[in-house]
Amino acid sequence: MLQVENLNVHYGKIHAIKGISFDVKQGEIVSLIGANGAGKTTILHTVSKMIKPSSGSITFKGQNMSNVVPQKMVEMGMAHVPEGRRVFSQMTVQENLEMGAYSRKKNKVEFESDLDEIFTRFPRLKERRKQHAGTLSGGEQQMLAIGRALMSRPEVLLLDEPSMGLAPILVDQIFNIIESINKSGTTILLVEQNANRALHISNRAYVLETGKIVMQGLAKDLIENDDIKKAYLGG
Amino acid sequence: MLLIQQLINGLQVGSIYAVIALGYTMVYGIIKLINFAHGEVMMMGAYFAFLAAVAGMPIWAVFLISMVLSAILGMVIERVAYKPLRSAPRISSLITAIAMSLFLQNLALFIFKADPKVMPTIIKNNPVTIGSLQISNITIITFLVSVVFMVILTIFISKTKSGKAMRAVSQDTEAAMLMGINVNSTISLTFAIGSALAALGGILYAIAYTQVMPTMGLLPGLKAFVAAVLGGIGIIPGAMIGGFILGFIETLTKAYISSRWADAIVFGILIVVLSVKPTGILGKNIREKV
Ligand SMILES: Nc1ncnc2c1ncn2[C@@H]1O[C@H](COP(=O)(O)OP(=O)(O)OP(=O)(O)O)[C@@H](O)[C@H]1O
Ligand SMILES: [Mg+2]
Repeated sequence: MLQVENLNVHYGKIHAIKGISFDVKQGEIVSLIGANGAGKTTILHTVSKMIKPSSGSITFKGQNMSNVVPQKMVEMGMAHVPEGRRVFSQMTVQENLEMGAYSRKKNKVEFESDLDEIFTRFPRLKERRKQHAGTLSGGEQQMLAIGRALMSRPEVLLLDEPSMGLAPILVDQIFNIIESINKSGTTILLVEQNANRALHISNRAYVLETGKIVMQGLAKDLIENDDIKKAYLGG
Repeated sequence: MLLIQQLINGLQVGSIYAVIALGYTMVYGIIKLINFAHGEVMMMGAYFAFLAAVAGMPIWAVFLISMVLSAILGMVIERVAYKPLRSAPRISSLITAIAMSLFLQNLALFIFKADPKVMPTIIKNNPVTIGSLQISNITIITFLVSVVFMVILTIFISKTKSGKAMRAVSQDTEAAMLMGINVNSTISLTFAIGSALAALGGILYAIAYTQVMPTMGLLPGLKAFVAAVLGGIGIIPGAMIGGFILGFIETLTKAYISSRWADAIVFGILIVVLSVKPTGILGKNIREKV
């Protein structure tokens, strides 16, 4: 579904991503794990075309993405929940969700049924649909950010540290939600520092260190790996 | 009675400032740029109207032609002068805006020459008497036309898809891009609307003062900028409120204190407001939740 090959990204002179290749197959949850500054966010931004790579190729659904403009990515079936949620704080919950559906053809019935679906998944958002997103709690904002991305009916969902800054009980909830989104047919590329939790819901994972992939494999094998345990699982 | 008369005059001046201030505030909201060329767009709008009126067009065509041409002018200015600098330091685009303002002024000087031109009468001055008050029909029309456009703008921004996209881009450009919103065309649209409103202000100003000249955008432009800051820059209702407040202050100062001091007092108010409440009347310090 998504193939990234030999990707290099520079910020000025900083070589942030150094020749990375990975792929995500239909129906999978794939995690990118790594410490602060490893380059996880940079990779997601490059995949969703927000940053231009210095070299390398990105193929999505068999199509080369090098000449695609960022705003077309949503239409093609890729949604990106950015790091730090980035909800439109001065817009209502409902308006945020409308923006998520921005790229889709206007169809009132379909829109309403999608909205219902989101509200069933996130009942707290329904109660707050007329409230400004900026007044929501951190966990609610994360749910809104995910709901907003789902409104575009993505085939692939990119999630950048969805559990960041949330209380443990909310972290559980978010990971359950991610699993259930995946079960309903959406492929997921997940970026996390919470390696333990990420590995437990993933099929496969890539471990990043300062812009390079240092390890990859099935999530269940990586959980057992001693190096990973030491470096990322606090054991 | 004099007071009411003055307040009505203030309403007229204020509505002109308000429609011009809207353009400042919308552009600032979306690209965080004080578009110092905005007053000159207003001036060009007045000249477009002047030319259309001289050509004998009906009044609706005068408004339409001027507003459409100014909208195009605004989009061209953005495309040529500001877009290439979007990721440059903010001071660069600010200086470019000042340069653009001077450029347009000199362009007008070159094309239309320095002497003021008399604006043809497109609305006959026809005072309406209400009790002991005499109100010019031009005052009433200016106020009504401005309010109608402000209402249309408010509905557009709050209800339509493009209007919501505009708000999304101004709150978080990158997140808006991730939604599939075309940021470039949204910014273009903002300039188009702001410039059309500036033209509207220019036409109403030209009708009120019955003349057009290349430097006519300078003071109203500055005052509309003050109005936008006074109301809270980036906040649309703020620009409207700021415009009217400024209009009232200016006419009352002229009537009761001194017309020579009116401008000094207007700019003095800006300094006072900014030192007491830097974010303006409707501005609030938004706390970001992390
Ligand atoms: N806009 C930028 N300009 C310059 N350097 C940047 C920029 N964004 C990221 N970097 C650098 O690129 C490297 C990778 O950053 P990135 O944000 O991708 O890391 P990350 O893995 O997402 O980290 P975190 O877990 O803290 O979010 C870092 O060294 C960072 O300093
Ligand atoms: Mg990151």
